[in-house]
Amino acid sequence: MFDTALTWNDMAFLAQGAWMTLMVTAVAVVAGTVMGIVFGVLRYQAGPYWSLPLTFVLDIFRSVPLLIQLVLGNAFQSIARLGWDPFTTSCVILSLYTAAYCTEIVRGGIEAVPPTTRRAARSLGMTWRQDMMHIVAPLATRVSLPAWIGLTLGVLKDSSLVLWLGLIELLRASQILVTRLQEPLFILLICGAIYFLISFPIARLGGYLEKRWSPND
Amino acid sequence: MFNYTFRWNQAFNALPRLLEGALVTLEIALLSMLIGIVIAILLTGFRLSGNALLSAIARTWVEVARNTPALFQIYMAHFGLGAFGIHLSPYTSLLAGIAFNNAGYLAENFRGALKAIPDTQTRSARSLGMPAIQAFRLIVMPQMLRIAFLPATNQMVWAILMTSLGVTVGMNTDLAGITQELNARSFRTFEFFAMAAVIYYLIAKAVTLAARALAWRMFRY
Repeated sequence: MFDTALTWNDMAFLAQGAWMTLMVTAVAVVAGTVMGIVFGVLRYQAGPYWSLPLTFVLDIFRSVPLLIQLVLGNAFQSIARLGWDPFTTSCVILSLYTAAYCTEIVRGGIEAVPPTTRRAARSLGMTWRQDMMHIVAPLATRVSLPAWIGLTLGVLKDSSLVLWLGLIELLRASQILVTRLQEPLFILLICGAIYFLISFPIARLGGYLEKRWSPND
Repeated sequence: MFNYTFRWNQAFNALPRLLEGALVTLEIALLSMLIGIVIAILLTGFRLSGNALLSAIARTWVEVARNTPALFQIYMAHFGLGAFGIHLSPYTSLLAGIAFNNAGYLAENFRGALKAIPDTQTRSARSLGMPAIQAFRLIVMPQMLRIAFLPATNQMVWAILMTSLGVTVGMNTDLAGITQELNARSFRTFEFFAMAAVIYYLIAKAVTLAARALAWRMFRY
């Protein structure tokens, strides 16, 4: 097993793949979080009845396998002649996927802020905007950050599915190496170790924050 | 904008085959869930046993299952095990990968649920004269199941969605696999995959509703 044909060039190839994974994840998480905050506030403000269409659409993104979403997104962009490359398509679909989950997290966070606190803010003369920015945002962040970190981890792992669109990310890179070198176990172990090294510290941070920030202790 | 003719009738004609695939998908998800629950209970037991080796095994399993992609785990079962001379069929490797993943997540759920039950419950059961096994079976276990049920339902939905990954290792009898096969024959990608998406959505919703009904039947006071 230690007698391997893997060269440093191949390791650089894997690193490139890991970089691609991180890029896709970063774009998806940033865009998805921004959309998630907008949708989450919208859902909270509109109430359960008027936000029903939005809830339904976002629910679709959570109930259909990501792989199918990616294939559908890719087919759609070629039907609509948008001319997106696989990277753009993957980022768009993954962002929407992230936004669907993030909306729930944001909504949960806002709902966790006691109404009395908000009423107190408003009765002190704060506008809705000020109330949102200075009262709700800090408190809601505290509640929902651990879940958000979990979501980021999930997106990092789910970003491996973009290989189906031909994007060479970490898992696809290792698959290419496996095909060439015929050492599946060794290369896949390296690939798994890279994933683990990226996500384990983030998971630990999430666990720490959850403990540190959990209310009332 | 759309210089493309949708041919939905092709997708509708393939509906019986897709539904057959949906059954296989459901079957894999259910099996993986059952195996996952059994292993998860074992892992939880390992962790509580106080034995350093057993608890290390359980911790490693949980961390690996939770910190690597499900697709990687399926690849590991399909390609990685080949190094040991174990060559699994797509069906088996898909099942193994998802079961591995489920076990990791469920073990964490069970552990969290056990932690949420106050020690005093066990102690008062014991002081009422119940043996340890009975106290666990009649007092702790029902409460644990009640807490762990909702996360387990989510995991079941996840398992259904994860079965679609089988297509990457050549699975061609489940919903995603059949869709991909039909797609390869006709290049009606959008129509077939949209149909598959609808079926996945309906299955996921049906499972969620069934679980809710089940929870209502089992867990009301």
